Amino acid sequence: MIPLSWYLALAGALFCIGLYGVLARRNAVAILMGIELMLNAVNINLIAFWRYVTPAQISGQAFAIMVFAVAASEAAVGLALIISIYRRRMTVVAEEIDMLKW
Amino acid sequence: MSVELLAWLVPLPPVLAFFIILLFTKRNNRLSHIVGLGAMLLSWAMGLTLFVAAVSTEGLAENPITSSVPWLPTGSTWLEMGILVDPLSAATLFFVVWTCLAIFVYSVGYHNFGHQRDPADKPGLPPHAGGVDPIYARFFAFIALFAFGMLVLVLADNLLLLFMGWEIMGLCSYLLIGFWFAKDSAKRAAVKAFLTTRVGDVFFLLGIAYLYSATGTLNYQAILGNEEVLHQLASTPAILGLSAATLIGLLIFIGTVGKSAQFPLHVWLPDAMEGPTPVSAMIHAATMVSAGVFLLLRMFPLLTVGFEPGHGLTTTMTVIAVIGTFTALFAATIAVAQNDVKRVLAYSTISQLGYMVAAVGVGAFVAATFHLITHAFFKALLFLGSGSVIHGMEHGAHKSQDHVDPQDMLNMGGLRKRMPITFWTFLLGGLALAGFPIVTAGFWSKDEILSAAFGENRIVFLVLALSALLTAFYTMRQISLTFLGKPRTAAAEHAHESTWTMTLPLIVLAFFSVTVGWTGIKRDFPVIGGIVPPWLEELLGSMVHGEGHAAGFAFTPLATSLVVALGGLGLGWLVYRRITAESGDPLVRWLGPVHTLLRRKYYVDEFYAVAFVRPAYWFADKVAYWFIDRKVIDGVLHAVARSVLAVGAFLRKYIDLLVVNGFGDLVGGGTKRFGGWLRYVQTGRVQGYLIAGMAFAVLLLSYLALTRP
Repeated sequence: MIPLSWYLALAGALFCIGLYGVLARRNAVAILMGIELMLNAVNINLIAFWRYVTPAQISGQAFAIMVFAVAASEAAVGLALIISIYRRRMTVVAEEIDMLKW
Repeated sequence: MSVELLAWLVPLPPVLAFFIILLFTKRNNRLSHIVGLGAMLLSWAMGLTLFVAAVSTEGLAENPITSSVPWLPTGSTWLEMGILVDPLSAATLFFVVWTCLAIFVYSVGYHNFGHQRDPADKPGLPPHAGGVDPIYARFFAFIALFAFGMLVLVLADNLLLLFMGWEIMGLCSYLLIGFWFAKDSAKRAAVKAFLTTRVGDVFFLLGIAYLYSATGTLNYQAILGNEEVLHQLASTPAILGLSAATLIGLLIFIGTVGKSAQFPLHVWLPDAMEGPTPVSAMIHAATMVSAGVFLLLRMFPLLTVGFEPGHGLTTTMTVIAVIGTFTALFAATIAVAQNDVKRVLAYSTISQLGYMVAAVGVGAFVAATFHLITHAFFKALLFLGSGSVIHGMEHGAHKSQDHVDPQDMLNMGGLRKRMPITFWTFLLGGLALAGFPIVTAGFWSKDEILSAAFGENRIVFLVLALSALLTAFYTMRQISLTFLGKPRTAAAEHAHESTWTMTLPLIVLAFFSVTVGWTGIKRDFPVIGGIVPPWLEELLGSMVHGEGHAAGFAFTPLATSLVVALGGLGLGWLVYRRITAESGDPLVRWLGPVHTLLRRKYYVDEFYAVAFVRPAYWFADKVAYWFIDRKVIDGVLHAVARSVLAVGAFLRKYIDLLVVNGFGDLVGGGTKRFGGWLRYVQTGRVQGYLIAGMAFAVLLLSYLALTRP
């Protein structure tokens, strides 16, 4: 059986890729996609820990489903925000959307 | 109703009348005088009932009518307030209620009740054309309060209550002398009377305080009726080699000197003539001045402690006798040279009070009381008579447009035809004052004082006899100048008799001026002795147990009083029967500068002005106002104010501006600057924030991982 650490390593790698995407991409949509990657890395962790540490309980799966729901709604709200911003400022570049600047 | 309750109630109606008039009926003249007169009538009726009940009590002197209530807690004991009706207060009550009632009735006419109010009259000025007085109601309130004060004083059973009545009268005398307060002279006279009597009152109060500290009580019976207490007081040494009894006696006597206008505190009484005439009668005959002598009579056992008739006078009595005798002569000489009809009477009052004081001084209790009573009647009569004369003269002056001084006797003359009732009653009063033999009351009482003085001290006797001569002389002078001869001015020509409310009291008082004397005719007097039983004499005599009325009938004083009375009257008649407007007063020519001295009252007022009044003004202006008030008190205040300002400026400059403001600015400005720096963090770039968040998360996690146990 594949040891737990491999799953954790996969999740870690996925999280880092997502993080990099969030921090480095300029396109807001790509940042949103990076966030999705990070969330899914967490989901992998949750499922892996459930399977290996407490297979008798379903809390891991429950959490993972919760994260799916949150991620789906977050993507919906996020994309809606981006579209709204695009309509106003004709850009989806994150560093140009600096309305909260001092 | 029990006699004690009656005695409590006697003083009450006038004080109620005072409040009712002032609070409710002031605007209605008729209602006000009905209230005042009604109250006095009630007091009069109760007073006379009480008098009758008292004199018909067997052994009243030993068992007086008393009643008291605990009034003021003084530590473990109570100060009791109560009433005492003994022969002295009963007799005093008798003349007080009669004279007060007469004066109340007289006031109605005197203040022109029933006439229209003259719109030109101002409150505080005498009506100038016979209109009703603008503050008519107020007068009745004041004299009602005055009557209350006197009744309290007479019926009190202790010195403190007496002192309260005494001071109420002092206040009322101030208010009434200053009744026409818009007149400058009246205002000054009121202040003078108040301040002068105050000098005596302070000493009197000291005497009361000393007596209380020495005996622990102020009740008459506890002090005066107790030989032990008197003896103990007499043997306690005080200061200057005087015994406690002597010192207390002298202090109390100074109270009398102020109230009864004895030398040297007599100056207020003549000036008090500025008040309305009923007030003069009230203050200078019936009540207030009598109160001083009444006090002496009240304290008689204390004043005469250690005195044996015929063995010389004690220190206290010597002082009293000397002051009284001197005042009697002193005032009589001044009265000779006065032309104001009321001032003559004022000085005669001082002189007669001197008689009574001298009588107390020689231990003649009964004679002094007797003269107090007769004097109250005939002097009230004379004052009211003079008021009637002035009233008539004012009317005459108004009618004839001859505006002379209506009080100057030289402007009168011949009034007997114009004012017959006033003339006859005034004549009776004058004869009583002069001591016209046999008929009048003044003769009997004065004769008794003279015989008492004769038995005790010849000098006192001689001086009193001389003053009696002067008294008769100036009385006749007054009667002659006022009523006899021919009118000397148009005003006197047009004078007219006063209304019945003024003449009726004159008649009543004239009746008493004659008859009261008969109750004091000694049984051993030749021919007429014993026809009228001398019950008043015997009633009062029962108070002193053999002392005081020891002087029986003696020929020399009787002959003396006959000679001086008739001689003085005859002399006065001879000198003044034919005075015309041009001739003036012959005494001016005969006496020359002495007359001026007498007319100016021995310059006592001027002396007091230089010795006391001006120094007091100077002190008030220069020391009290300029130095103490302006320099010291204001100086201290200004210094305080300046130092407070300086401290304030310092605090502002170095504490407020520097520290507090500095700190406040530091907080505000610092926050602002810090915020200024910090805002650059707020770039608005989402990814920048994320990097910061990440970095912080990494730091936190590494810290947790490193410190994890």
